[in-house]
Amino acid sequence: MSQTLRNLPDHKGYFGEYGGRFVPDTLIEPLAELERAYAEIKDTPAFQNELNGLLKNFVGRETPLYFAERLTRETGGAKIYLKREDLTHTGAHKINNAVGQILLARHMGKRRIIAETGAGQHGVATAAAAAKMGMTCRVYMGAEDMKRQTPNVFRMRLLGAEVVGVESGSATLKDAVSEAMRDWVTNIHDTYYLLGSALGPHPYPMIVRDFHKVIGAEARAQIMTAENRLPDEVVACLGGGSNAIGIFHEFLDDADVALTAVEAGGTEIAPGHHAARFSGGRAGIFQGMKTFVLQSGEGQIQLTDSISAGLDYAGVGPEHANLMQLGRAKYLYVHDSAALEGFQKLAHFEGIIPALESSHAMAYGLRRAAEMSKNKIILINLSGRGDKDLSIVMEALNVKN
Amino acid sequence: MSKIKNIIGARKAFIPYITAADPDLATTLAAMKMLADAGADIIELGIPFTDPIADGPTIQKATERALKNDFRMPDMFDVVRQFRASHATPVLLMTYANPVFSMGYDKFCAGAAAAGVNAVLITDLPPEEACAFRGAAHENNLGTVFLCSPTTTPERLKLIDQAATEFVYYIAHAGVTGVRTDLPTDVAEKLQKLKSQLQNKLCVGFGVSTPEQARALSAHADGVIVGSAVVKLFEKYQCDELLVQLKSFTQKMAEAVHA
Repeated sequence: MSQTLRNLPDHKGYFGEYGGRFVPDTLIEPLAELERAYAEIKDTPAFQNELNGLLKNFVGRETPLYFAERLTRETGGAKIYLKREDLTHTGAHKINNAVGQILLARHMGKRRIIAETGAGQHGVATAAAAAKMGMTCRVYMGAEDMKRQTPNVFRMRLLGAEVVGVESGSATLKDAVSEAMRDWVTNIHDTYYLLGSALGPHPYPMIVRDFHKVIGAEARAQIMTAENRLPDEVVACLGGGSNAIGIFHEFLDDADVALTAVEAGGTEIAPGHHAARFSGGRAGIFQGMKTFVLQSGEGQIQLTDSISAGLDYAGVGPEHANLMQLGRAKYLYVHDSAALEGFQKLAHFEGIIPALESSHAMAYGLRRAAEMSKNKIILINLSGRGDKDLSIVMEALNVKN
Repeated sequence: MSKIKNIIGARKAFIPYITAADPDLATTLAAMKMLADAGADIIELGIPFTDPIADGPTIQKATERALKNDFRMPDMFDVVRQFRASHATPVLLMTYANPVFSMGYDKFCAGAAAAGVNAVLITDLPPEEACAFRGAAHENNLGTVFLCSPTTTPERLKLIDQAATEFVYYIAHAGVTGVRTDLPTDVAEKLQKLKSQLQNKLCVGFGVSTPEQARALSAHADGVIVGSAVVKLFEKYQCDELLVQLKSFTQKMAEAVHA
């Protein structure tokens, strides 16, 4: 039997040692119900047809694979290709999962949608999907994140969602996740929790991954058409892990394709100043899963920091923890300052303004491309666009000047 | 037979919950003694955790107060040890999984047992994920308590019943911890049905705050757990005033449960 990494998780929701379902009893049955409902519809032609229709006409798929010619010349090394998830409706890959899960919610007869959001991209995607389906939508967002991502807060409200600020804990993404779980456990009869990254208790890491696999599937076919071969390296930024697993998954069994995920190095790798789980964290149990977690010696969850709200999270999707452990993917980080340079370079040389999250992948990808020879190919997932980040970048650049 | 089982077998148990180190460990020790003296049958001691997904605002705030100081597990074990020097009242630790997993299940269970802890309940560790923990607890003669709820299926109830050694804890409300004005209308019926299905004793908590509620529930369960209503006293009062309030609240609640 051929070995594959593509058929995980196992029936208990484990990717190797990581994953599982670490939740209070009240959530076990709703999660089992979700798992059953997903298994029931995922391969049916009716579901696939409706999903593909939404992906094409609402999301705008397929997204282009773009050859960054000037950046390639400028860096002088490997050919640089960008997978243009920034061109999807609502501006980031998050919408792939939002439309998939909203169909699942409808199938389950749930009319009230709740979600957590960090940078606001998942919240916007969920609000848009809920509006399209005529469902009510409430988004939990850390009060700190609301301050730094005001355009997205307004977008969500325009789309008809109620945005609830979360003041507890560090008032960022992890606290929004906790609050969404509390809402769900209180309102399980009519509420669907539309989780936005490939993390949390089983089956979420699997469901979210499945709805983002389209990124890698398209990119793999597109690069074969363009170059008649696979890339040498695939690069993605890593917050919770959804865009990274989305583009990696199709390449997992291609042993010659290196996979690299880039975490947020913040200002420095010191407790509270970064979000690089694989550089400063260790195995733990957090928000429903066993995975790598930034934590104190006593097992308390640490604060995180990054210029990018979407990468600012203390845990990481369990499938990545397994890929790290197996050595199948590499997990690195870049600091805020490098991400800002990546942001500007893509704007200057290609006329594309990336999200600060994706700028982390750009920063590493450009550095890496320069080290590689000209006959190599590097594929970078441009997971989102940077309109939402303009005020942050303006402030950061002014401070520097 | 274990001490917790003995007590629950002898009479209806009143089980108040407090968060350890709220606002400091000296207060925790004084509060535990007061609860025991005022009629608590078992004390449930919560280990503070940064991300308590099953808790409502009251216990979240208690957790934040507790974590303002540098909380360390061995210091909390010391408090239990000091309590044990003067009191026999059983102690049930309630915690989230990560502080325990971080310390190591074996080391945690050995430390807890040596300090005089009687049993442990890990909120986000259902029986399906609890194999290693149960092994460690068993090795150290530490009892276990597991949760069930209005959504638990009959198949899983069996699993929970097999995993628990002291009692099964029924979450009365599908939701987070916190004071509520009403109990679910079908709670008596649910409890009666559960009792007929369980080998273990059955205690009930989540949303219980008044003597009337406690009295009503104790008619259908072996014990009643009260958390947020106790923790609210820590929010409002300090020092001697806190102890006075704890005493009168515990006396009222214990009387209602024992009635």
